[in-house]
Amino acid sequence: MSPEALGKRPPREGLLEVDDLFVSYGPIAALKGVTLSVGQGEVVALIGANGAGKTSTLRAVSGLVKPAKGAVRFKGQALTGLKANQVVAKGLAHAPEGRGIFPNLTVQENLDLGAWLRKDGDAIAGDLEKCFSLFPRLKERRAQLAGTLSGGEQQMLAISRALMSRPTLLLLDEPSLGLAPQVTQTIFRILKDVNAQGMSILLVEQNAHLALGLAHWAYVLETGTLVLQGTGQELLASEAIRKAYLGE
Amino acid sequence: MKSFLPVVAATVVLAVLQLLLGTSEYFVYLTSLVGVNVVLAVSLNIINGMTGQFSIGHAGFMAVGAYVAGTTSLILKDDQLSFLPPAVSDQLFLLLALLLGGGTAGLFGFLVGLPSLRLRGDYLAIVTLGFGEIIRVVIQNSDGLSKSLGAVPGLSLVGSFVGKFGGALGVSGVPQRSTFFMVWFWVFVLVLLARRLADSSHGRWLKAIREDEVAAEAMGVDTTSYKVRAFVVSSFFAGIAGGLFAHFVPIINPGSFTFVKSMEVVVMIVAGGLGSTTGAIVAAVFLTLLPEGLRSLFLQLGGGDASLAQKVDQVRMPIYGVLLVLIMLTRSQGLFGTHEAWDLWKRRKPAEAKA
Ligand SMILES: Nc1ncnc2c1ncn2[C@@H]1O[C@H](COP(=O)(O)OP(=O)(O)OP(=O)(O)O)[C@@H](O)[C@H]1O
Ligand SMILES: [Mg+2]
Repeated sequence: MSPEALGKRPPREGLLEVDDLFVSYGPIAALKGVTLSVGQGEVVALIGANGAGKTSTLRAVSGLVKPAKGAVRFKGQALTGLKANQVVAKGLAHAPEGRGIFPNLTVQENLDLGAWLRKDGDAIAGDLEKCFSLFPRLKERRAQLAGTLSGGEQQMLAISRALMSRPTLLLLDEPSLGLAPQVTQTIFRILKDVNAQGMSILLVEQNAHLALGLAHWAYVLETGTLVLQGTGQELLASEAIRKAYLGE
Repeated sequence: MKSFLPVVAATVVLAVLQLLLGTSEYFVYLTSLVGVNVVLAVSLNIINGMTGQFSIGHAGFMAVGAYVAGTTSLILKDDQLSFLPPAVSDQLFLLLALLLGGGTAGLFGFLVGLPSLRLRGDYLAIVTLGFGEIIRVVIQNSDGLSKSLGAVPGLSLVGSFVGKFGGALGVSGVPQRSTFFMVWFWVFVLVLLARRLADSSHGRWLKAIREDEVAAEAMGVDTTSYKVRAFVVSSFFAGIAGGLFAHFVPIINPGSFTFVKSMEVVVMIVAGGLGSTTGAIVAAVFLTLLPEGLRSLFLQLGGGDASLAQKVDQVRMPIYGVLLVLIMLTRSQGLFGTHEAWDLWKRRKPAEAKA
């Protein structure tokens, strides 16, 4: 059951398919049948109010919670039933909400952990340099404990750490959380660059304006159900979205 | 080859010390006590400090090691490898008993850890607390257990082994084969392992689990498997400590492995700084020597009257409690935090190397 669509989605090779996903925490039903997809090289945004179930969707995709019902397929393979650590190995990286960095490890150690499943040592060093060129501040602070970084730097670290696993799909949960507008702008500009180099992204955001500006396609989630989908531009222009999520 | 060098050096140093000081009974007794507590503290620190799980049943694993190793030696008491000098043969039999004791404790660690480490939070604390008590109560009633096991076909051997545990009375007559050398050899092996572990990538995953288990999982770390492994290693060494203990005290009984013993080890690692091997060692040494020092002080004060000295055991836990409260008030991360003595030296080296 797909929600109404605004605009037309350019066809792409499929990457992630989520089919009729249900997630419950005890008696609380967080997701009640979510169906969405992410194509190769696409940025897909998932927006919605607090408690709508955005984080739950990402957690179900990356195996951190077990869905009560529904299927997740990645590159045509079923992910359902795999544990989080097995999902990472398939090429999915999750930068969790609230960043989830390791505060008492150094920046460098955090990044090493991101690459921990990889065996290609030389390529890891290259990717590390790439991360440092995206976020030069991290390079200066590589020996510093991650917990002593500013909020924005921690977010940069969380994204870099996710990139270090060299994923096919990046799951980002509220990268703008608690950051000053300029820092958020910087991060979104970098996400755009990362996507331009071919990375597919599933982005969860409160900041609908920024998310829709970046997204090729977006879904609107309301209390566990998708209510609307469309191209980022069409949703930005839509009356309902402007009222509900952009505060206009 | 490089990794064998410290082992060889330590063996030589320990052997020399053994030859020089191994005949002084009090020295050997005191250093053995200290060594056993260091092994307990450093091994508990692997799971509680490095991995951030909370086990409070270390005495249970120590008991398993003590009873299995002690009973093994009791059975093999009169056996000798005739082609070796008796002292060397004794040490080899001791080593065998220790490995059996440690191995069994490690197996118990696996059985206890696998279900409880799958879950997050306080489950491990509750389960290990229960395990420690169950082990103690089971040993206390070993006679009944021995009979029931004996009745099961195929387990009669286990039954008669358990029958030697002696219930509440305990096991006496275990050959006193423990030596200064053997105790400190194990201290050395464990400290070397703990240090290597902390510096390895394996240790980094453990640290990541301690910091944020969900994030570690999201990085692809198989958290359950790493936690179980750390727990098995920790239990193995608790078993070794118990095995050593069984070979230098006149009698082992369930009273030596109560919850109080578990808490004593917890106090050591918390006071030393959770996560710091150095801290665990220093606190274990200090908290073992403190009551012994008080005991001989009181013995002198009482003019050789032992009744005052015996009171030390009664006031020991309250003193530990006060000490712990003081440390937490003034230095909540423990004496060493997560720092290590050898880091001071290491940190200087790479800085020089880069310059
Ligand atoms: N571990 C949990 N236990 C119980 N209920 C939970 C748990 N996690 C989430 N929920 C509930 O599930 C619903 C969806 O939560 P979720 O975290 O997915 O929302 P969200 O869209 O990410 O919200 P936010 O924008 O505030 O991050 C909420 O009602 C929340 O209270
Ligand atoms: Mg959320």
